[in-house]
Amino acid sequence: MIEVAEKGVRAALADREREAGPAAVQHHLTHWRLAVDEDRVAWLTLDRAGEGTNTLSATVLAELDAMLDRVLGLSPRALVIRSAKKGGFAAGADIRDFRGVTDAAEIETRMKEAHRITDRLAGLTFPTIALIHGHCLGGGLELALACRYRIATPDAKLGFPEVLLGLHPGLGGTLRLPALIDPVTAMTMMLTGKSVPAVKAKRLGLVDAVVEERHAAAAVKAAADGTLKRPATSLKSRLMVLAPARRIIAKRMRAEVEKRAPARHYPAPQRLIDLWEQHGDDIRAMRAAEITSFAGLLAGETAQNLIRVYFLREGLRAAGKGVSDIHHVHVIGAGTMGAEIAAWCAARGKRVTLADLNPKALAKAIGIATEFYDKKLHSSIDRRDALDRLIPDFNGDGVAGADLIIEAAAEKVEIKRKIFADLVPRLKPGAILATNTSSIPLEMLRDGLPDPGQLVGIHFFNPVTKMELVEIVAHDGTAPDVVQRAAAFCGDIGRLPAAVKSAPGFLVNRALTPYLVEAFLLMDEGVKKEVIDRAAEEFGMPMGPVELADRVGLDIGLEVARTLRETFPGEVPDIPAWLETKVKKGEIGRKVRRGLYDYDDKGKPRKGEAGTPPADMADRLILPVLNTCVRLLREGVAPDEETVDAAMIFATGFAPFRGGPLHYARQRGIAEVEATLHRLAATHGARFTPDEGWARLRLGA
Amino acid sequence: MAPLETALMPALDPLALQQNAQSVGRPVYLVDGTRTPFLRAKGRPGPFTPVDLAVQCGRPLLMRQPFAPTLFDTVILGCVNVVADEMNPARVAALRMGMGEEMTAFTVQINCGSGMQSIDTAFRTIQAGKADLILAGGTEALSHAPLVLRRDATEWFGRFAMAKNVGQRLRALAGLRPHFLSPVIGLERGLTDPVTSLNMGQTAEVLAHLFNISRTAADAYAMESHQRLARAQAAGDLTGEVVPAITRDGTLYEADDGVRPDSSMEKLGRLKPAFERPYGKVTPGNSSQITDGACWVVLASEAAVERHRLTPLARILDSEWAALDPSIMGLGPVMSATPILQRQGLVREDIDLWELNEAFAAQVLACLAAWEDEGFCRDVLGLVQPFGRIDHQRLNVDGGAISLGHPVGTSGSRIVLHLANAMRRRGDKRGIATECIGGGQGGAMLLEAV
Repeated sequence: MIEVAEKGVRAALADREREAGPAAVQHHLTHWRLAVDEDRVAWLTLDRAGEGTNTLSATVLAELDAMLDRVLGLSPRALVIRSAKKGGFAAGADIRDFRGVTDAAEIETRMKEAHRITDRLAGLTFPTIALIHGHCLGGGLELALACRYRIATPDAKLGFPEVLLGLHPGLGGTLRLPALIDPVTAMTMMLTGKSVPAVKAKRLGLVDAVVEERHAAAAVKAAADGTLKRPATSLKSRLMVLAPARRIIAKRMRAEVEKRAPARHYPAPQRLIDLWEQHGDDIRAMRAAEITSFAGLLAGETAQNLIRVYFLREGLRAAGKGVSDIHHVHVIGAGTMGAEIAAWCAARGKRVTLADLNPKALAKAIGIATEFYDKKLHSSIDRRDALDRLIPDFNGDGVAGADLIIEAAAEKVEIKRKIFADLVPRLKPGAILATNTSSIPLEMLRDGLPDPGQLVGIHFFNPVTKMELVEIVAHDGTAPDVVQRAAAFCGDIGRLPAAVKSAPGFLVNRALTPYLVEAFLLMDEGVKKEVIDRAAEEFGMPMGPVELADRVGLDIGLEVARTLRETFPGEVPDIPAWLETKVKKGEIGRKVRRGLYDYDDKGKPRKGEAGTPPADMADRLILPVLNTCVRLLREGVAPDEETVDAAMIFATGFAPFRGGPLHYARQRGIAEVEATLHRLAATHGARFTPDEGWARLRLGA
Repeated sequence: MAPLETALMPALDPLALQQNAQSVGRPVYLVDGTRTPFLRAKGRPGPFTPVDLAVQCGRPLLMRQPFAPTLFDTVILGCVNVVADEMNPARVAALRMGMGEEMTAFTVQINCGSGMQSIDTAFRTIQAGKADLILAGGTEALSHAPLVLRRDATEWFGRFAMAKNVGQRLRALAGLRPHFLSPVIGLERGLTDPVTSLNMGQTAEVLAHLFNISRTAADAYAMESHQRLARAQAAGDLTGEVVPAITRDGTLYEADDGVRPDSSMEKLGRLKPAFERPYGKVTPGNSSQITDGACWVVLASEAAVERHRLTPLARILDSEWAALDPSIMGLGPVMSATPILQRQGLVREDIDLWELNEAFAAQVLACLAAWEDEGFCRDVLGLVQPFGRIDHQRLNVDGGAISLGHPVGTSGSRIVLHLANAMRRRGDKRGIATECIGGGQGGAMLLEAV
């Protein structure tokens, strides 16, 4: 279904939707409210002051402790805990409390106190009920697990995302979840960090009932009366708790986890498996071990770097807040990028017209969108609505009604200029004209527009559905409100906007190009491509440069490298002639199943054995990236170090556990990095010469 | 919908109809319209449900209007075989096309006339000043016509479902008969007149007999229908009217796929009668095809035309519905179109172009014969002189249901839209779209160029 912007009748009644329990509040603290209904059921409502989302800070827990005293004084029939926030129950611990902590012993003390409070909740003799809507994650889920019953509304999502921060649950999650549901499922949830929707949670036994909000009060009453049915623990679950079974399963899990997150980069998953293997049948021992392990991880480098990444994301997300006033997006060009941008926007609720002169390309784009929706959208209604919003536009009629036009046509200045000239007379007043160009400076496209201020770059990365970053590229005449609306648009569609200045390659492609071209030079020197990729992967890159070049497409890579080399001759090394030959022959990478690697039907590269790469190979690949990042900062293409780090992580997957390229340089030592660059320059050429911007970094540190 | 209901009343009351004919009312314009390619049913459910088709057809039409889709006053959709998941398909389509939760929408059903009934209802509502802008159309996915359980099977299932204990259930189970499991094809039942129990094809056989239409004449007519559609497709005369449809798996449909440009008398002659073997004249080759498709048109008052600076295709001048013995339902066009001309003081020569829905070649030819038949014109139509011969070059010039198919709820909309487009292309002044309607009715609409 295509959404209409205006608010409807249901929206006008929105305030009545949530069952908030009794109106008369008996006691009020900063973050909690207590009320008692006519059945003598106490309703404890979490409403964190000054925040849009509930998180569990030390104060929130201390107040809970105090509230539990009050509750006991009332001798209620039951206690309900719920959230007053629209978005959900609770999103987890307050990660701000985790930032920069290095003293494991101090963390342990804090966690023991937190455990004391949740244990107190768990030990209450009357029924305790967590009434869950929306997000119930991490510490929020641990709070819910300390209740006897969990009643969820259908929109609830429950999970433990701690592993994504280099941690595992620390407030009893590692003991309470495997004790409640099938232990292997519990471990999988904690190891992957994936949350489960309400209906699945019910199937797993994680929640006792899923009810619509309108029946929440009745379900609470049933739980208080003891008439709410609860799922029984299965025999299989009880068997798996036994030590020999745990040993076998743990071994399998370790192997699986190592493939995705090697322990030397990501220690948390292995620690979690250790915990369960060693203490899976002893809750007391598990509790003590969980606290110690959690404290150690939190104080460690990986968790701290990943927490930095979390805040980098929050920073970009904050830039995407605000009102975009963009309801209808018109995408021009149904190639890979255009099709994916359109499909993504439609999935995120925008009305999208996707225009292409070739109807077959449009049909293919719809087919690809369907595949994506079938995988990622859970209900058939959502899938149908997304497809309804994604409108193939055979004649370009969508332009007139669009609030935002994204041009994703071929990377040729003349083509883009012609498209713009054709668009301009048909634009609706206030419409934003955007280009998804990855390398053409906007100044070259701005000329000829009656209002150049409306032109902005909105540069997505491939694959759009995975890469969260979007470069928002302003030329010197882009209107500030256009930049703001473009960023807010990214916020609307769940993407992270990074504001960059218009310069060839912008930020990400320019910083990444040396990584790819250096790999070509290494191949020229006779190094096996598998070895090159392995060196980069061992550093922590999600994909080696050779495979990445194939993924991007050698034709596109060559074009970008050429453009950049013309503009910045010192920065990009010579491009080997064999690469041009390969492109001419049409062996341009994964999309044709043949590039630097050959590919099987599923698009997986056929790789040979990779020997151990020499010690300095990773430096040869990575340090030029760092060097370019420093230069980009100095040239003002990127506003600050945070933007550079965030952009490289969210657009290329740059080793997240290292906290970003510049943060990595700082952790390694600026002087050390400079010295290494000098050394590489002496051996391999001037392209490694440290940029003058390093000096400022050194001083600013 | 209270104001609309009162507006509808005259349309449904024959007495009021005549009064309405004399009263002029506000001008009503057909502004734009689209249809999907008509897709042949291939023995299994096609890629689109009725509402899917309506959405595929409507999105590009709404997109090319210079006003927001929420500005329509209401949506009226004809649909005969509504599927269970899409009750009131008009409303489901309106919501799915983004016309807003406040958009009223209703579905109309008068068998093969549904797509014209929707336009006619919109026409009269605007004419009466109750609305300015209406989206009207038709949709049909005949390939989705359900399999229907036999009545006794349904009753057995009911008993089984009501059984409360094992004993009752076993007893109910014992009543199961093998033939319960062979369902009736709903489409077959739908195309059989419930009063006379004649199949639609049989009514065409009756007409062929009464008006002496030969098998050869019917086949020749059918062949030309294919040739005309093929010509129109090749010349691009359907561009803008037919909008491509894309399935969820990415299959593109750009054109009506039932057309057989290589159709020949020899090939048609080889086909066996479909309804009355072995002597019948009506074959699959000279009957309309069973297809899926949708069509929408935008109807606007003068005020709406001015407010949104629309360019009308044609003005709707008049409409008429008529009824007769269901066994000769194929004469519906004659019975409904003739009164319009009489009322408007027009003669045959005043009509430059005809779209007469091709349910069956024999049925179309029977209509033409009836209009030329002195006795019929005098005794049935009350004409002093025969109505006369309709020039073949002014009839169904771009093919019809025989070559592109007859999605029953849609065809009425299609012939009105195509009449408007073809009149404009040819520079014609007046045209009539008319159809026969299963159950013994006929509908006709008079359009004038603007």
